[in-house]
Amino acid sequence: MASDRIFGLVTLFVALAYIASATQIQTSFLSDPVGPKAFPMLIGAVAAICALVMIFKPDPDPDWPAARTWGGLAIAVIVLICYAYALKPLGFVIPTIFAAGILSYQISPRPLPAIASGIGLSVGLFILFKFALGLGLVAFPKGWF
Amino acid sequence: MDMMANLALGFSVALSPFTLMLAVAGCFLGTIIGALPGLGPSNGVAILIPLTFTMGLDATSALVLMTSVYYGAMYGGRISSILLNIPGDEPALMTTLDGYPMAKQGRAGDALVLSGVASFVGAFLATIGLMLLAPMLARVAYLFGPAEYFALYLLAFCTLGGMASNNQAKAALASCIGLGIAMIGVDSSSGLPRLTGGNLHLYDGIDFLVAIVGLFAIAEIFFFIESHGKGSSLGVKLDKVRIPWRDIAATKWTMLRASGVGFVAGILPGAGASLGSFLAYMSEKSIAGPKGGFGTGVAKGVAAPEAGNNSAAGGALVPMLTLGVPGSGTTAVLLALLMTLNITPGPTLFTDRPEVVWGLIASLLIANVVLLLMNVPMVKIFVKVLMVPPWVLLPGVTMISFVGIYSLSGSYFDLLLMVGFGLLGYILRKLDIPTVPIILGILLGGKMEDALRRAMVLSDGDFAFLFSTPIAIGLWIAAIAGFVAPMFLRGVLKKPQAVTD
Repeated sequence: MASDRIFGLVTLFVALAYIASATQIQTSFLSDPVGPKAFPMLIGAVAAICALVMIFKPDPDPDWPAARTWGGLAIAVIVLICYAYALKPLGFVIPTIFAAGILSYQISPRPLPAIASGIGLSVGLFILFKFALGLGLVAFPKGWF
Repeated sequence: MDMMANLALGFSVALSPFTLMLAVAGCFLGTIIGALPGLGPSNGVAILIPLTFTMGLDATSALVLMTSVYYGAMYGGRISSILLNIPGDEPALMTTLDGYPMAKQGRAGDALVLSGVASFVGAFLATIGLMLLAPMLARVAYLFGPAEYFALYLLAFCTLGGMASNNQAKAALASCIGLGIAMIGVDSSSGLPRLTGGNLHLYDGIDFLVAIVGLFAIAEIFFFIESHGKGSSLGVKLDKVRIPWRDIAATKWTMLRASGVGFVAGILPGAGASLGSFLAYMSEKSIAGPKGGFGTGVAKGVAAPEAGNNSAAGGALVPMLTLGVPGSGTTAVLLALLMTLNITPGPTLFTDRPEVVWGLIASLLIANVVLLLMNVPMVKIFVKVLMVPPWVLLPGVTMISFVGIYSLSGSYFDLLLMVGFGLLGYILRKLDIPTVPIILGILLGGKMEDALRRAMVLSDGDFAFLFSTPIAIGLWIAAIAGFVAPMFLRGVLKKPQAVTD
């Protein structure tokens, strides 16, 4: 119940903000009867109605994970964000070893298989992408080799 | 005669050694993806689309590869259903009901081969149906103006949403999220930026591939982290595999009926393969009655849903190719592929790009034969794939997704956006908010708005124009019925949470 209500409330605010920003859309001199504002505002309005239904007629709560698992999920998100930033400056191999290894450890918390999985996936996928599929991937940071 | 000439053209495209090789590779890869629990056809196609582009394939080759993966994944879904009691994707859900009991009785090999044959019959008949029906529907589609297209898009959202969630408000919200995202970027008619918040990265809009890969592939890893990758060891042993001729003969009418039911379910915009397998199973169950023993491990209970879901997969291509409205989650992903290849699905596709359409149809026929040949003698190889532990598989899938998107755009912003979509996908699926309407919204949002605006220009702002022709009125009625009917049929059509097709 609470999950739907919270999500509905957040959605309602987002929908209202969306409608508000849609009102700010500039119209060009070539405007048609509907213009570029109407459809986004309509979508925002329907979303707001759906959000209200979720608030007033919520479904039973889903099984949310325990606090520890939430921690794990947060780590996974941080790892993926760092991976996104690291790919360009550090090349493919090193960030992939860390990202794949950490994700692997989170799915099955055993250090050795996780390390093996990180190194194996990094090297294996690099060979596959670079030589079998011909992608222009950079292996290591520039100037290393 | 026309059709034979078109088909000959199609085969001339599809039978080139390179295309044939792509079809075989796609079938093999697709079956593996389908067999892995958690990775359905939508995920499989979503992960591989970015790679297809970076490989520099032309339109026909890319389409052949991806549809082979699609058909392969539809075949492969049955493997984990039968051996693990875990459907590889949602359309394979009904196969667990009799497939797993059959495997527990020591007839895993029989169930796998029988379901492979049923998949072949379903998919083959659906491809024939596609050949016959698509050109006809394409001719009807010429009668469509902006008002009809607007109503048609609405129908797709209503039926897809109606089927995909247990709560209509949540399904409608999902469509709104997709449509809302589609509005971000430069407005096509005025050329002015909209809803970008001044962020330059958003001027081109949000790429649907980023959303698709995030919502499907990245969200999946969060689910695996939550479950710690449990439940993927082999449930039953697979002994000798032989062809169960007796079962095949006993289920021949079941396969034919289920194929018909599945095909019709597939054609309905938005309904998809899950509905195809569900209806095929339920109709066979009611024909057999209580003495049929459905649910205890009978051959008909394996043949019906497999023929039904593979037939629906073919049926779902009909509205996608002729009207540009996908019939299922995976065809929504395939639509994204077509649009990125600068191919506009719709009636004109059949006259403007016959080599693409008929090449695709011919390669579907070839893919089917390849899949049958692969899935009967090589089934033991695919079973081995189930032994790949999730702690290797899921990080691998994530890395492939990252590289695919990165090599397309080279932008870390898109990668961050993809992670954001992954997180959104996780939360939405937890709350039983379907993700497929979001994809459909991103894909069709621009076209839907365009249809509305053109209709208003033609009618000088008169909204009654949207209901001015019999086709438009019919589509509006179908859309409302498609949205309202599931509320009353909820007891019968109760669906599990995760909807990937």
